[in-house]
Amino acid sequence: MDFSLSMEQEILRNSVRDFAEKEIRPVARELDEKEEFSHETMQKMAELGLFGMFVSEKYGGQGMDYVSYIIATEEIARVDGSHAATVAAANSLGVGPLYYFGNEEQKVKYLPKLCSGEALWGFGLTEPNAGSDAGNSKTTGVLEKDQWVVNGSKIFITNASTRITTGVTALCRTGTREDGRPELSCILIEMGTPGFEAREMHGKLMWRASNTSELYFDDCRVPQENLLGPRGNGFHQMMQTLDGGRLSIGAMGLGGAQGCFDLSLQYSREREQFGKPISNFQVNAFKLADMALEIECARLILYKACWLRDNEKPFSKEAAMAKLHCSEVMYRCANHAVQLHGGYGLMKEYDVERFYRDQKLLEIGEGTSEVQRIVISRLIGAL
Amino acid sequence: MNIVVCLKQVPDTETQIKIGPDNKSIVTDDIKWVINPYDEFGVEEALQLKEKFGGEVTVVGMGPKRVTESIRTALAMGADKGILITDDALEGSDSLATAKALAAVLKDLEYDLIFTGQRGVDDDMGVVGPALAELLGIPNLSLIVKVEAAEDGKSVKVNRPVEGETLVIESSLPALITAQKGLNEPRYASLPGIMKAKKKPLEEKTLGDLGLDAAQFGEGARKLKILEMTPPPERAAGKIVEGETPQEKAAELAKLLHEEAKVF
Ligand SMILES: Cc1cc2nc3c(=O)[nH]c(=O)nc-3n(C[C@H](O)[C@H](O)[C@H](O)COP(=O)(O)OP(=O)(O)OC[C@H]3O[C@@H](n4cnc5c(N)ncnc54)[C@H](O)[C@@H]3O)c2cc1C
Repeated sequence: MDFSLSMEQEILRNSVRDFAEKEIRPVARELDEKEEFSHETMQKMAELGLFGMFVSEKYGGQGMDYVSYIIATEEIARVDGSHAATVAAANSLGVGPLYYFGNEEQKVKYLPKLCSGEALWGFGLTEPNAGSDAGNSKTTGVLEKDQWVVNGSKIFITNASTRITTGVTALCRTGTREDGRPELSCILIEMGTPGFEAREMHGKLMWRASNTSELYFDDCRVPQENLLGPRGNGFHQMMQTLDGGRLSIGAMGLGGAQGCFDLSLQYSREREQFGKPISNFQVNAFKLADMALEIECARLILYKACWLRDNEKPFSKEAAMAKLHCSEVMYRCANHAVQLHGGYGLMKEYDVERFYRDQKLLEIGEGTSEVQRIVISRLIGAL
Repeated sequence: MNIVVCLKQVPDTETQIKIGPDNKSIVTDDIKWVINPYDEFGVEEALQLKEKFGGEVTVVGMGPKRVTESIRTALAMGADKGILITDDALEGSDSLATAKALAAVLKDLEYDLIFTGQRGVDDDMGVVGPALAELLGIPNLSLIVKVEAAEDGKSVKVNRPVEGETLVIESSLPALITAQKGLNEPRYASLPGIMKAKKKPLEEKTLGDLGLDAAQFGEGARKLKILEMTPPPERAAGKIVEGETPQEKAAELAKLLHEEAKVF
């Protein structure tokens, strides 16, 4: 069994870590405070090549494997959840469906700008009344002559209302199947199409520097060729996208946990009470030991899931496990991190305060922890 | 303009250094190795000059196989070729021996400029650059924070800070420059750069390949011997300067700096 990373993966980790420390760490707190998506850091991340990481060079991507993509996401998340969210959503949810299910024309049209980071693309699955039960989408797409007429709304869509967002993939009910269940298809809707509006959402607890939007479709007409893949395949496409997306949420959990650990180890060695560093009290040292242990285990399952994917083996179960486990590991690590920081950990001046808030999304987005347990239960044959 | 950058791999400055049981070396097991930061300035400057004048940037490193990663990182930043001098007999070589090995590689390369760091952040000797220039018989421009190459690419004008003043030096090429902090802000190895670097040539050379005699290298040939390493003393407790107003505090601070710390 070979656990070593390739030299390219090591260089990638060092470079992204260095970048995140120098370019993101200094601005993350203020962006979080102002609830602002930064086009400046977006552009810097684009120049580094953080978009279209697993897309072939043919469409302007970096042609890297999934492990590399996950390492890069992990290293951004080690410093800031919001920026990791921008990267993960852009790659897995924005680029992913177009790359895996788009036809040649759609790929050539959209991917190069998404891979260079000049543009962003939203993944419109969730609706006000269809969250965990995403198959219950109410947004409709009706084919009238050679146009889809889309009506409905989506909520919580990442990267969908930035200045550089060029469109979204929306899951729509396009008819009724023979068995009476809804026929669901994905339709590509470009920004600026009449009848389509994306509104930025405010007041988030976490990921405050990531862009989240509500989408409204009001008799929005798009050409028939904007259908993504075969009609009726929409739900399947979305679920397959989420299998990959779960790995990037896992990377955010793992990276966030590592960030909590690194900050806490340093702080605990420096902070003195009763005449010695607080890390010298066994109760605190054990917290750090538990964090280190959990992070190590989380990394193993996440990388294994990525390895399965890179080697074209089934990975749905491991992806669900990795997403669930990594987000819960970050939950425990963020909790320990704030505890180790004492009162300072509750202040915005200390990054662990932000990690503590950012963590919560990971147990909710891209399938809640309950849904992951349902997925795993089904895949092990228990449900 | 063809440029060679000499690159050393050193422990990351964030790494906790532990002294080995022999009291003469450090424990290398848990060390994260990085490009010597001063050498990284050299890589960046070379790349900027290449962008302006064209030509090739060659990175030369010396040491065990792990140094490959640092050379590949420089290739990912944009350098064109790498050469690693690696040989068990090099283990423990001092600065002069290092300069000799580098000189042996350089005599077969075409170059207008050579960059080295002004010193390695590990041993802090600052000898390799000047010694290499001497061995090659070319001008040595030490501790440089600005490089301007003439339009015809035949000479350089460089700045060295000296006690708050700036010394501007002009030199014909080829010449060797040792890079000082402030020269530039090194770029990151981008993801496309990392992928491209995979396919760039990286050659390995042993002492034999370079026609060098192993007896002149390594621990046994050192002109300087390390007798002992000791950890830095524990940092003493800080002192809070007392005073009601900023003026009072400043006066008190000045007094302490003069009388206790004796810095002026
Ligand atoms: C910041 C942010 C960004 C997001 N980005 C995107 C995006 O880019 N694209 C997108 O499409 N969506 C996005 N989402 C939506 C996200 O995926 C959903 O919020 C999530 O799937 C949960 O849906 P819900 O919020 O409607 O909760 P609900 O489904 O209403 O769940 C409420 C609670 O009930 C539980 N529950 C539901 N069903 C079951 C069940 N069968 N068994 C047991 N428990 C159950 C859930 O686990 C949860 O605890 C984002 C959300 C946020 C907050």
